[in-house]
Amino acid sequence: MTTPPAPPDAMIPASLLARLVPLHVALAADGRVIGLGPTLQRLVRGGAVPVSVPVSVPASVPFADLFTLRRPLDLAALALGGAVEVGLHADPRHLMRGLALPLPGGGLLLVLAFVDVPAAVRDLDLTEGDFGPTDRTVDLLWLVEANAAVSGELRSLNRRLQGAQAMAQEQALTDPLTGLRNRRALEGALADHCAGVEGFALLQLDLDHFKQVNDSLGHAAGDHVLAEVARVLTQETRAGDTLARLGGDEFVVLLSGMADAARAMQVAHRITRRLSRPIPFEGQPCRIGVSGGLILSPPRTFPQPEALLRQADAALYAAKRAGRGQTVAQGWQA
Amino acid sequence: MHGLILRAIQCFLRDIWGAAFWQAIMADLRLPSQGFEAMLTYAPDLGTAVLDRAAARLNRSRDSLLEDMGTYLVSHPRRDGVRRLLRFGGPGFVDFLHSLDHLPGRVRLAVPDLVLPALHVAVLGPDRFRLTVGVAGDALATPMAPLLVGLIRAMADDHGALVMIEAEGHDTTQPLSCQGAAIRIDVLDGHHALARDFRLATPA
Repeated sequence: MTTPPAPPDAMIPASLLARLVPLHVALAADGRVIGLGPTLQRLVRGGAVPVSVPVSVPASVPFADLFTLRRPLDLAALALGGAVEVGLHADPRHLMRGLALPLPGGGLLLVLAFVDVPAAVRDLDLTEGDFGPTDRTVDLLWLVEANAAVSGELRSLNRRLQGAQAMAQEQALTDPLTGLRNRRALEGALADHCAGVEGFALLQLDLDHFKQVNDSLGHAAGDHVLAEVARVLTQETRAGDTLARLGGDEFVVLLSGMADAARAMQVAHRITRRLSRPIPFEGQPCRIGVSGGLILSPPRTFPQPEALLRQADAALYAAKRAGRGQTVAQGWQA
Repeated sequence: MHGLILRAIQCFLRDIWGAAFWQAIMADLRLPSQGFEAMLTYAPDLGTAVLDRAAARLNRSRDSLLEDMGTYLVSHPRRDGVRRLLRFGGPGFVDFLHSLDHLPGRVRLAVPDLVLPALHVAVLGPDRFRLTVGVAGDALATPMAPLLVGLIRAMADDHGALVMIEAEGHDTTQPLSCQGAAIRIDVLDGHHALARDFRLATPA
C-alpha cells in the first residue's frame, strides 16, 4: 500500500486571507494576536476606522485584551481547536461564532461569523465588504427583508379581514331600520340571560294601531314611527339592556339584572306613557299606543327561553284584551 | 395571477394618477374599488385587463405604461422596499445586472407561488449586455420586458451609472427555447454620478 504524497503546506498570504475571511484572528503559539481580518481591525477599535483605511495589526496584543472567550473556557482549550464563541471588548453586544484551526508549527486561526447578523449589521454598520466572497450572509439579509415585507402584507390582509368579519357580524345582528338588535341577536342574549344566575325581566311590546298609520299615512310614516319607538326605548332603558325589533311592530326589551317587579313595571309604564302621545310626521300626527307583556325571572330560575317568550306573548295578549295601552305582568311559571 | 403583481399595478396607477383614476378603472371593469390583495390569487388575465383600461384612458400604449411602472417600482418614495431588495444585488450597476439571473429564484424563496419569467444576462462585450426575458410564449414575458426596461433604467440612476437601454424584440436566430423578449444594455459610464445611499441594515 502506498500513501499518496502529502501536498506541500500552502501558506496563504495575509492579504489574500483578509479578502477570503474578513472576520478572522490569527494567534501565535503564546496566545498573542498576530493577524486580524479587516472587519475585525475596524471593530476592535470601536468601529471608528473605516475598512478602506489600512490599519496595521495591533502588534502582538494578548488575545484577552481584545476578545472575551465564551467557549471554550480558556486559551489552553482553545489551542486544541474546534468550535469557538467570542465577544468583542469594544462592543460586547455582538457575539461571534466559528472554528479554531490549529496551524502547523504552532498558533491558531479563528474563522468567525456574527451570531445575530441583522443586529450586527445594524449596530456596526457592516457593508458587503465585511463578508467574504463565499459568505451567504448578505443573501440571508435579503431574505430577512423580503420576508418582513411579505409578512407585513399578510398582517394587513388579516387586519382587513378581521375588520370585515366584525362588521358583517354586527350587521347580521342589527335591525337595519331601527338600529336595534334583531331576532337572532335577541335569541343569543336571551339564551345568555336564561343560563345565568341573575334575575331579569322580559318585556314584550306590540304597537297599537300601527297598521292604521301605515295604511292612512304611508310606509314612510310607519318607518318614522318605528324609528321613534326605538328612540324612546333607548332613552327609557339602561345602556346594558337588550333592545330588539322582531319584525313588524313587535319589540322586546330585556332588562338585565332586574329582579324587582315594581321597578320593571315602572319602566314599562314610562314607555307606554310616552308612546301614547302622537308622533308627528310631516305635519300629521301618528296616533299609536303600545301594549306590553312583562315576565319576571327571579335569580337562579334558569327558565327555558322559548317558554319565557310564550308566557310573555300570553301576557301581551291579556293586555291587548284588557283594552290596549297597558302592560300585564306575570311571574315565570315553570 | 399573483396578487402581488396586481397590487403593484394598483399602487402604481393610484400613486401616479390618483385614487379617482383607479376607481374609474375598477368601475370600467366592474371590479370592487378597493382593488386587489397582495397575498391572494386572481384570474390570469386580470393584470393585462387593468393595464389596458388605464392605457386607453390615458391614451398611451401599454408598453410605455409598463416602462413607467418599472421606474416607479424603484424610484417612488413609497416603494423603497423594492429598491432596497434590488440593491442587495451587489455594489455596482454591473453586479446588479448579473444578479438579475438569480432574481426569479430569489423571489421564489420569499414568495414560493410567485413565478416570474426566467431572466438571463449575456455578456456581449466589455460593458455590453443582453438580457433575455422568459421564453417565447411565456405569458408574463411580454409585459415583463418593458417593465424591466424602466426598472433597469431607474436602477442605473440609483447606482449612478450612465447606460443606454433598449428593447430588442425577440431574437429569432436563437433556438426557440431561448427566444424570449430581449433588452440591450450598454454601460457608458459605471460611475457617472454619485450612487444613492444604500446600507445593509434595514432603515428604522
